[in-house]
Amino acid sequence: MVAVRPRRLAWRLAEVVEVVPETPRTKSLVLEVPGWEGHKAGQHVDVRLTAEDGYQAQRSYSIASAPEDERLVLTVDRLDDGEVSPYLTDVLMAGDKLELRGPIGGYFTWEAKDGGPLLLVGGGSGVVPLMAMIRHRAVVSSGVPARLLYSSRSYEEIIYRKELENLAARDSLLEVIHTLTRSRPEGWSGYDRRIDADMLAEVAWPPDKSPLAFVCGPTPLVEAVATALVGLGHDPARVKTERFGATGG
Amino acid sequence: MDELRLDGNAAAGTLGEVFSFEVSTTEYACGGCGSTGRLGGAMVYEVRELGTIVRCPSCDNALIRLAHHRGRYLVDLRGTRYLTTG
Repeated sequence: MVAVRPRRLAWRLAEVVEVVPETPRTKSLVLEVPGWEGHKAGQHVDVRLTAEDGYQAQRSYSIASAPEDERLVLTVDRLDDGEVSPYLTDVLMAGDKLELRGPIGGYFTWEAKDGGPLLLVGGGSGVVPLMAMIRHRAVVSSGVPARLLYSSRSYEEIIYRKELENLAARDSLLEVIHTLTRSRPEGWSGYDRRIDADMLAEVAWPPDKSPLAFVCGPTPLVEAVATALVGLGHDPARVKTERFGATGG
Repeated sequence: MDELRLDGNAAAGTLGEVFSFEVSTTEYACGGCGSTGRLGGAMVYEVRELGTIVRCPSCDNALIRLAHHRGRYLVDLRGTRYLTTG
């Protein structure tokens, strides 16, 4: 057995290569990180901003890119009263530097060799680490069946909508199921409510297929989904969660 | 008080400033109710500028209190029976 090498996470400077609008509230930051040693799908980084008076604010952002991608991509949801996210989404431009450390986290991660079937449940920007898993799965041409159940407030707020459509169109083992909780476009035939046990019973594989579930989003969604999955008979050890609070950003 | 409610995943970077092992996969046993789990799945309350509190999701007991001030850390582990690295 190889001993785990203790590793101090150092802060380092990344350069913003591109800022890509995803939805009215979210943008992806494409970063060049000198000496980046790679990551696993599902991990995150800490981003730190320092004001001129020395005041520092720090937040965690999930990595959206696949480990195989050339550049590191973070997708940031703008919280109007946030200390950090408005700067990242409104001020930051290509060529700017950004202080970060990572990759962080070994719990909420998936590699193709971990198998499946892979059940991904996300709400809002909680889809970001799940997207890293979907991108990784696509890049390595994994044959693990995957389903993404994705809750957004409205059609316009679906992050990565086009890319998800394209990936699902050319991969019969990837299914993307949307639910829109606040407003629906005319003729919408998909789900139109918050994720609940009935929806999970329809979308998720039955417990005897023992899917590996990753649930990420606001705390109430994650707790409701994790509780419902266990209630449906899924093994709690195969339901991994990542929550974020309603405040902060 | 301005608190951020996160989970152990989000706090792994901050906890990594004092622990050299992978925090999110580390198993804890709660000193309050005895339940066990991965720190990545525990609840974290981050009180800005003052520090971080990791709480047991079953009984809300404070497993880890981490305070930082002027570059120094105070780590209080009274609420944890043990930690086993993942």
